[in-house]
Amino acid sequence: MARFAIRRFIAAAAVLFVISVLTFLIFQVIPNGDPAARIGGQHANAQTIAQIRKTWGFDQPVYVQYLRTMKQIFTGQVVSYSQGVNVLDSIRQGLPATISLAVGAGIIWLSLGVLFGVITAINAGKFTDKSLTVLAFVGVSCPPFFLGALAIYYLGYKAGIIPLGGYVSFTTSPWQWFTHLIAPWLVLSVLFIGIYSRVLRSTILDTENEDYVRTARAKGLSERQVMRRHILRNSLIPIISLWGLDFAQVIGGGAILTETVFNLHGVGQFAAYSIQALDVPPVLVVTMLTAFFVVLFGAIVDIFYAVLDPRIRLSV
Amino acid sequence: MSVDRLTDVGGAELAHTPQLEEATEVQPGTGPYKLAWRRLRRNKGALFFGGVFLLIVVLCLLAPVYASDIAHTGPNDNHITEQIIINGKPTYVVNTIGLPIGPTWTSKFFLGADPNGRDEAVRLLYGGRNSLEVGAVAMLLTMIFAVIFGVLAGYARGWVDGTITRGLDVIWAYPVYILGVALGVSLAVGGLGPIHGNSLLVPAFVIGFVYIPYVAKPVRGQVLGLREREFVDAARVMGLSHWKIMITEILPNLASTIIVFIPLILANAILLEAGLSFLGAGVQPPNPSWGTMISDGVRDIPEAFHLVLVPGLMLVLAVLSINVFGDGVRDALDPRAKVRVSR
Repeated sequence: MARFAIRRFIAAAAVLFVISVLTFLIFQVIPNGDPAARIGGQHANAQTIAQIRKTWGFDQPVYVQYLRTMKQIFTGQVVSYSQGVNVLDSIRQGLPATISLAVGAGIIWLSLGVLFGVITAINAGKFTDKSLTVLAFVGVSCPPFFLGALAIYYLGYKAGIIPLGGYVSFTTSPWQWFTHLIAPWLVLSVLFIGIYSRVLRSTILDTENEDYVRTARAKGLSERQVMRRHILRNSLIPIISLWGLDFAQVIGGGAILTETVFNLHGVGQFAAYSIQALDVPPVLVVTMLTAFFVVLFGAIVDIFYAVLDPRIRLSV
Repeated sequence: MSVDRLTDVGGAELAHTPQLEEATEVQPGTGPYKLAWRRLRRNKGALFFGGVFLLIVVLCLLAPVYASDIAHTGPNDNHITEQIIINGKPTYVVNTIGLPIGPTWTSKFFLGADPNGRDEAVRLLYGGRNSLEVGAVAMLLTMIFAVIFGVLAGYARGWVDGTITRGLDVIWAYPVYILGVALGVSLAVGGLGPIHGNSLLVPAFVIGFVYIPYVAKPVRGQVLGLREREFVDAARVMGLSHWKIMITEILPNLASTIIVFIPLILANAILLEAGLSFLGAGVQPPNPSWGTMISDGVRDIPEAFHLVLVPGLMLVLAVLSINVFGDGVRDALDPRAKVRVSR
């Protein structure tokens, strides 16, 4: 266990390092636009730009700039280029919305994905299976920002059931928090429900043919018990691993489209805004945050695997 | 999927399904692709959606014809101050408070106009052409590079495999949208070598790059298995060079995997293009694409919702038809394959 944790930790640190370098390079090297000129704005003269270049350290070699930015990140002093505000503060402000979105949607897409997966597998080939399969295909073919726009127009403007976007914190008003989030939760979940139910359906149908399932039936267990204890327990393994990865991405600000269309002011929207402003430090922090969550949940999922299936040993 | 394994699986699948009598009709020696084609032909739903997608492609390719002969306007032509006759009375294309007209269902402004007074139907077709083009080029890039990297890594093993796999892992760990948007925005500013920043090739390149690991990893895994097979040993004993073995022995056995991934990546590439364009990091204005059109339209909710609905439905229909057809192809080639690409 300790060995597992240490190896995972080293791997995670390596991934974070490479991703941070890559992000830095994408913005520093590719745009071949001078960041000092962007900060200075259109009307800055050569002197001001030179001044900005000096104070922000853009005249130094790339690796010095990188090290300086990383140091600022880890001491919590990193400041965004475009607005001059502390990046970690901005992310801290966005996190409640993003976490609320991720947790609610994560529960919805996991439970509905499993439910639909089981229903379609039990009824494989029947009408229920076919119609839910069609729905799943529509789900994976819908971009979230289009679904979000549909929800805002039909449920917001036309029916007046949901608010038109924005986020209200849970402590301000639990009910308002819920009504502002219910549409984003569902919109974000649709894609995942489609994928998970399809994956689970095929895993269950594969597991059905295993010897131990036949044995379980032969010893007289009810269908429900066979499904719950023998089939589902094994079929859930790929689902858990998908869920860990997807959930990590969403909580790390990966739900950019959903957050933007519903104007939730979460981490993802902050990232989208910063990228459009070619603002390196916030993007750097958000990508590292997401990658951190991906690695963290990857490890948690592996531990969970070992609990679900004792045959699986913990290894990197 | 090696050829003989595919035949096994095909046989097993037929034995499971009710069409047992048809299985007995299969002559010994029927090729795996012929079997797959027979299975696909039975799948009416998949064929129908394949037809729908073909229709969308043809319609979008005919965009210039529609623009010049029916609507008599280009995708970027501005009619903001003009009037057209609706129900016998002249109406401004964009009224005094900036709201465009809705669908007229006539040859001009069939689906209405956007706030710049441009013909929505013309833009829809041109936008579709751009979306499909970006998707197709991106898909080709992904497939070419993924197969090259996957085959090299799986065949060479050792440090080549290590380097390629680590590289793929980094792209993989990078959230798709953040990587796509970051690359898209920075390349749109600076361009890519000789390619200008607002060229369609920029989003195509970005999307093609982002999806490489999703195909390269499974390809590598399969090549790792294939290279241990007897026919590769035989080729080696016959004195074939490594390159020759990779191209003539390994590559043909990857064909069904590649075919399965093509629609999957195409559908996801079109969706990602729309998402990137929605965030301003994909197709650059004034070029239309379904994503940019939705993005523009969202600003005019609720007054002009047709600007979101029209490109959105078209996008969903196109992606849905590729997905259903692709699923049929996958079922036909290997009924037990499990392939998945996340967002």
